[in-house]
Amino acid sequence: MNLTLKVWRQKNPSDKGGFKTYTISGISSDMSFLEMLDVLNEDLSDKGEDPIHFDHDCREGICGMCSLYINGQPHGPQQTTTCQLHMRSFSDGDTITIEPWRASAFPILKDLVVDRSSFDRIIQAGGYISVNTGGVPDANEIPIPKVISDESFDAATCIGCGACVAACKNASAMLFVSAKISQLALLPQGKVEKRERAEKMVAQMDAEGFGACTNTGACAAECPKEIKLSNIARMNREYFSASLSTENV
Amino acid sequence: MKLDSKIPSGPLAEKWTRHKFNVKLVNPANKRKYEIIVVGTGLAGASAAASLAELGYNVKAFCFQDSPRRAHSIAAQGGINAAKNYQNDGDSVFRLFYDTIKGGDYRSREGNVYRLAEVSVNIIDQCVAQGVPFAREYGGLLANRSFGGAQVSRTFYARGQTGQQLLLGAYSALSRQVANGKVKLYPRTEMMDVVVVDGKARGIITRNLVTGAVESHSAHAVLLCTGGYGNVFFLSTNAMGSNVTAAWRAHKKGAFFSNPCYTQIHPTCIPVSGDHQSKLTLMSESLRNDGRVWVPKTKAIAEKLRKREIAPKGIKEEDRDYYLETKYPSFGNLVPRDVASRNAKYVCDEGRGVNETGEAVFLDFRDAILRDGEDAVRGKYGNLFDMYEKITGENPYKTPMMIYPAVHYTMGGLWVDYNLMTTVPGLYALGEANFSDHGANRLGASALMQGLADGYFVAPYTVGDYLAGLPYDKIPEDHPEFRKAEETVKSRIQQLLGIKGSKTVDHFHKKLGKIMWNHCGMARNAAGLTKAKEMIRTLKEEFWSDVKVLGTGEELNLSLEKAHRVADFLELGELMIDDALHRNESCGGHFRDEYQTPEGEALRDDENFAYVAAWEYLGEGKEEALHKEELVFENVKLTQRSYK
Ligand SMILES: Cc1cc2nc3c(=O)[nH]c(=O)nc-3n(C[C@H](O)[C@H](O)[C@H](O)COP(=O)(O)OP(=O)(O)OC[C@H]3O[C@@H](n4cnc5c(N)ncnc54)[C@H](O)[C@@H]3O)c2cc1C
Ligand code: SF4
Ligand code: FES
Repeated sequence: MNLTLKVWRQKNPSDKGGFKTYTISGISSDMSFLEMLDVLNEDLSDKGEDPIHFDHDCREGICGMCSLYINGQPHGPQQTTTCQLHMRSFSDGDTITIEPWRASAFPILKDLVVDRSSFDRIIQAGGYISVNTGGVPDANEIPIPKVISDESFDAATCIGCGACVAACKNASAMLFVSAKISQLALLPQGKVEKRERAEKMVAQMDAEGFGACTNTGACAAECPKEIKLSNIARMNREYFSASLSTENV
Repeated sequence: MKLDSKIPSGPLAEKWTRHKFNVKLVNPANKRKYEIIVVGTGLAGASAAASLAELGYNVKAFCFQDSPRRAHSIAAQGGINAAKNYQNDGDSVFRLFYDTIKGGDYRSREGNVYRLAEVSVNIIDQCVAQGVPFAREYGGLLANRSFGGAQVSRTFYARGQTGQQLLLGAYSALSRQVANGKVKLYPRTEMMDVVVVDGKARGIITRNLVTGAVESHSAHAVLLCTGGYGNVFFLSTNAMGSNVTAAWRAHKKGAFFSNPCYTQIHPTCIPVSGDHQSKLTLMSESLRNDGRVWVPKTKAIAEKLRKREIAPKGIKEEDRDYYLETKYPSFGNLVPRDVASRNAKYVCDEGRGVNETGEAVFLDFRDAILRDGEDAVRGKYGNLFDMYEKITGENPYKTPMMIYPAVHYTMGGLWVDYNLMTTVPGLYALGEANFSDHGANRLGASALMQGLADGYFVAPYTVGDYLAGLPYDKIPEDHPEFRKAEETVKSRIQQLLGIKGSKTVDHFHKKLGKIMWNHCGMARNAAGLTKAKEMIRTLKEEFWSDVKVLGTGEELNLSLEKAHRVADFLELGELMIDDALHRNESCGGHFRDEYQTPEGEALRDDENFAYVAAWEYLGEGKEEALHKEELVFENVKLTQRSYK
């Protein structure tokens, strides 16, 4: 198929950036979206033009590194990651607009590459169970009901891609943060620190400049891992019980 | 130089305990005076960095992705082995040890493998304590499955995302130490060289991938946890960025490289669909439990299939060749990875491949669906079938899947002793980057186990032992050796940018991959290897005179990053060929056409080749020198595998 691509090009963080239009032909419907960009990049390189920079690594939908905003949707038209999107989702003659994630907490580094280290700092603020290596009990010492463990697992599948932030008009990170808080709060091992954890992670989220949550649900609708909105409700519970308990002190 | 594996003396089961007692300790108050560099944040790197920081050392952790959580370990699907014997089915540390030695075709060290099996049980405890949501039974206890032909159920798993969950566990431990100020993270940073001062590893040179800045980092010890080199084949199941650069630069600074030719080819991957293909996707091995592998009996029918003149369904029973079932009646479709892969290649070489490229065989669920019903099959493999359909656009409930083998894992790597130290004092290699535990072939679900064993439970002891004998002073980063190494890195960047040739980096990578796949892949022979060596030499010359690297060194520059990696792959490729050529036997992932039994199985030569090959770099353009570490087997008897 033949396509027209409108791609965001930006040399570096301080450059203003803008759209550039490319036409590309001979794209097979079996290609993944990123392979289509590979073909374009080989063309550009052949012509001596700087290839389009975008993030990717596993190309299996699991590392969370790919991050394109395609035709107004994070990761494009299917509810999957960009690397798992295939060209059969498009038709001959289409015009496709490709932008980076847009959020002040995700500054653009170059072209379609953004800096998501704010997510790492949120996890550093408390997204863990405080155990050292060694000296832990036998794994089967604490039985965990399968339903609880499965629910925790569902939340744990978040790949940290940031599509939820990109989808949200407020650029809120609530879905990402609540997924980690839920995963750990559901498990007996994680319950001990759950209040403190919620408090610290929310404080960091605010400090990073993510917006407030107004419950539009756009995040969950675009999340490639189907992280549920109910995580946000659970997180609010943990958070409010945390702030209540500190006020009581 | 005599290779000393430093395996402790004494009975197998007591070696590690004794060794832990004998290692020197660093006084808790003095640990903060030492700085340790950990390159790589996959299972091996993240677990090592977190554990060392918990002990009190200052750690710097590096990775090339934008976050440590995205290391390639995240993609592992199937599971992780541990000798917990929770199922009461006769598993034990000794059995896991035995299976691993045998599975590796008797080309690994008894001492290392036993320790791996021994600490495997601690790994599961550690991960559960961190909140890793492993699969559970209704009673609330952990579930297990049997994996990769093992006769016991010792594999722990988290749906099809075990690697992800284990890595997120290690990443959370690492993040906690970042918050504690004990680990400093350097994401989007590539290690470009090791700095050796007075014979000891004392730091690294890095390139900041965003700004392009070339920087020096001084430390008391350097741990390379940088993963495997499967991408030398261009197409593999590895992540796009997986590379050999860190290990290769260390090799050129004196670290011996072991058994580079041992490559694992996984039989059940989605076939290549065209020239645009950038990577290959693994389909879980579990599919072979119910799927039947076949190709048409004749070339003529296969040709019609390839031209889409007939559909697979229309092929009559008597025209189908269920070649694994016929050839291996007792194991059938469940023969080990290397046997299944090789046989797929044979039938496709005969012109009986079933897709347009001629490189695919069927994995057919028709009979399983007839027998158990579509719902039962969906219950077992639903997510895999969906994934297959997403990628290929074909519905495997209606038409057979197509699969073909793909490069998956590299058993070779930097030579390390029992302490995981390379031949350069103070330089360690952990995880897939070392050669140590899998011999000539790795069992399913054992790589995750090894990465975490090395990082959580081995390196924290053995690195301390080394540091205890080292003064606290750090080498200043303006020391001549650092300056010299920085200059070498910078001039190489300038050299690559200055060629301004006509062909892209990918052009060379693809060509190299083809050479490696055709001549140093599933089956090798002396004539092909000799030819391939010449081809790589020519390609290397062409690369250094005609590669086109755009942009500058002072910015985010993907083609420059790749150019460095491909330059190193070109050199590694040649060493892999030397290694494959010198090993005149077949074992595990190394199959030489000349050395097979009358039934076409791998024929080992224990008398002449029961050793670890360790290659020493002698300088630009020189042949490398071979060193041998003889393998001693005191606890197992060497036998020939048979799956008939
Ligand atoms: C699709 C797939 C499925 C698998 N499934 C299983 C399974 O079910 N069970 C199992 O046991 N094994 C499995 N494996 C194998 C297993 O996943 C790997 O062997 C293992 O995860 C490797 O871990 P590692 O820590 O050694 O390296 P990796 O996870 O590869 O990490 C390498 C790290 O090094 C960094 N790095 C590399 N080079 C540089 C450099 N030059 N500078 C700076 N940083 C660098 C990277 O950024 C990364 O952080 C699978 C592999 C694949 C490909
Ligand atoms: S919640 Fe979903 S969209 Fe948000 S980071 Fe996680 S996986 Fe991505
Ligand atoms: S590249 Fe890893 S999720 Fe897309």
